[in-house]
Amino acid sequence: MEKQSATALSVKNLTVTLGNEKVLDNLSFEVATGESLAIIGPNGAGKTMLFRALIGVLSYKGKISWAPKTTIGYVPQKLDIERNLPLSLLDLLTSKNNHRHSITASLKLVRLKENLLNRPIGALSGGQFQKALIAFALLQDPRVLLFDEPTAGVDTPGEEHIYETIHRLQEEKGFTILLISHDLSLVYRYADKVLCLNRENLCFGEPEVIMAPEILGKLYGEERSFYKHHRHDIFPPIK
Amino acid sequence: MIQAEFYNIILALFMAVASGLVSAFALMRKMTLASDVMSHIALPGLGLALLYGFNPILGGATTLILGVLLIWKIEAVSGINTDAVIGVIFAVSLAIGTLITPQEDIIEALFGGMSTISLWEFIIGVIASCLVIAFILKKRRALTLALVSKDLAKTTGINTERLNLYFLLIFAITIVLGLRYLGVLLMGSLIIIPPAIARNLAEDLNGMLLLSALAAVAAMAIGLFLAANYSLALGPVVIGVAGVIFLAALFFQKNNI
Repeated sequence: MEKQSATALSVKNLTVTLGNEKVLDNLSFEVATGESLAIIGPNGAGKTMLFRALIGVLSYKGKISWAPKTTIGYVPQKLDIERNLPLSLLDLLTSKNNHRHSITASLKLVRLKENLLNRPIGALSGGQFQKALIAFALLQDPRVLLFDEPTAGVDTPGEEHIYETIHRLQEEKGFTILLISHDLSLVYRYADKVLCLNRENLCFGEPEVIMAPEILGKLYGEERSFYKHHRHDIFPPIK
Repeated sequence: MIQAEFYNIILALFMAVASGLVSAFALMRKMTLASDVMSHIALPGLGLALLYGFNPILGGATTLILGVLLIWKIEAVSGINTDAVIGVIFAVSLAIGTLITPQEDIIEALFGGMSTISLWEFIIGVIASCLVIAFILKKRRALTLALVSKDLAKTTGINTERLNLYFLLIFAITIVLGLRYLGVLLMGSLIIIPPAIARNLAEDLNGMLLLSALAAVAAMAIGLFLAANYSLALGPVVIGVAGVIFLAALFFQKNNI
């Protein structure tokens, strides 16, 4: 797919302060339309705070500019509720959008069966629930998708499956994707760019360059290596 | 007299529907215990009203609404543990309320009853119940979304702070409506038990709302009948019936989760 070089998101000198603590300090980066950016970093690095600033629920200093008319679909790491409440998948999805055809379309995109709609969300498997959250994010026809640890609470085979779903969405629909992840090998395989975050921007660039052991060591404060899959063994090049 | 009794029964049932619907969301928002506590805040106002001879429901409503605004404000501006704050306000309210409420009225203020009701009290009560019912039915999607994730709700343009305030006020109105029949100590139980029954049986939101309202109405209707025919105190009977329904419902509990 031919990529447009237009900028989907530009962040300049972003600083977020919670209480007296700077959780993000003078962060700048750009994401091109149709690109996938992975954000990696240790716990407490401010990854989720970055997302919350990007979706506009957190106040910040600096500049966040989305391309005009950008609609964002956000997939949070977890919901605020217990999963055993009497809420069906349909209740979850209609709470955002009450048009049945949109619901059907977004379920189709993540390949969830419609007969799950009447099931309580607590009865969905981890993988189904995660896909339901993605379907929820897709409801308002977004151009940009933000995923915060999309595979938290999903078993290992399910994890691959979620990443494949995200990757497929990007290819089929040309979404711009921002993704927070712990799984470096999957990041290496799927991301176009990587942003290493530890309150400030430590590095930003192509995965091959960024994910050298010395940079990861600096980011996580220890030697961290991972098995490099050959990037395009399984999936053909995106570009 | 017969007419007044009729008014009372109709209003009590309207109130039960409103309470069943509001409490379904209160349970999902984990604020059922807060509701118990909130109803106690009405006692000082109730006591003052009885002491100075104006409408006790109006007095109770005044302190309750003030209490709600206070709790909302504290929740919004500070990081103080709300549980503790509500706990303090509750205990102090109950103490002050008990001190100032005239002795001969204290039992009814605490446990409710079937006091006489005027036509305008009836009309205002029915209108207020309908307002509560309409709010919950109309806002149920926004309330669900705010419950599921505050961040997601905000990204779809819902003002969650304002929605929370409206919900608390609707909640307070419901408690005020119930005070007449159940008193400050037992009204909280009508907020806790019906949605607990519904939660054990329902599989989705509509089921939850419907069953919670049905359970509240059933407890109220059976309670009214028993209280009238066996000259029992209304409040304790209604809650006793609700408790029995809760136990009975345990046998029909869904077991797929």
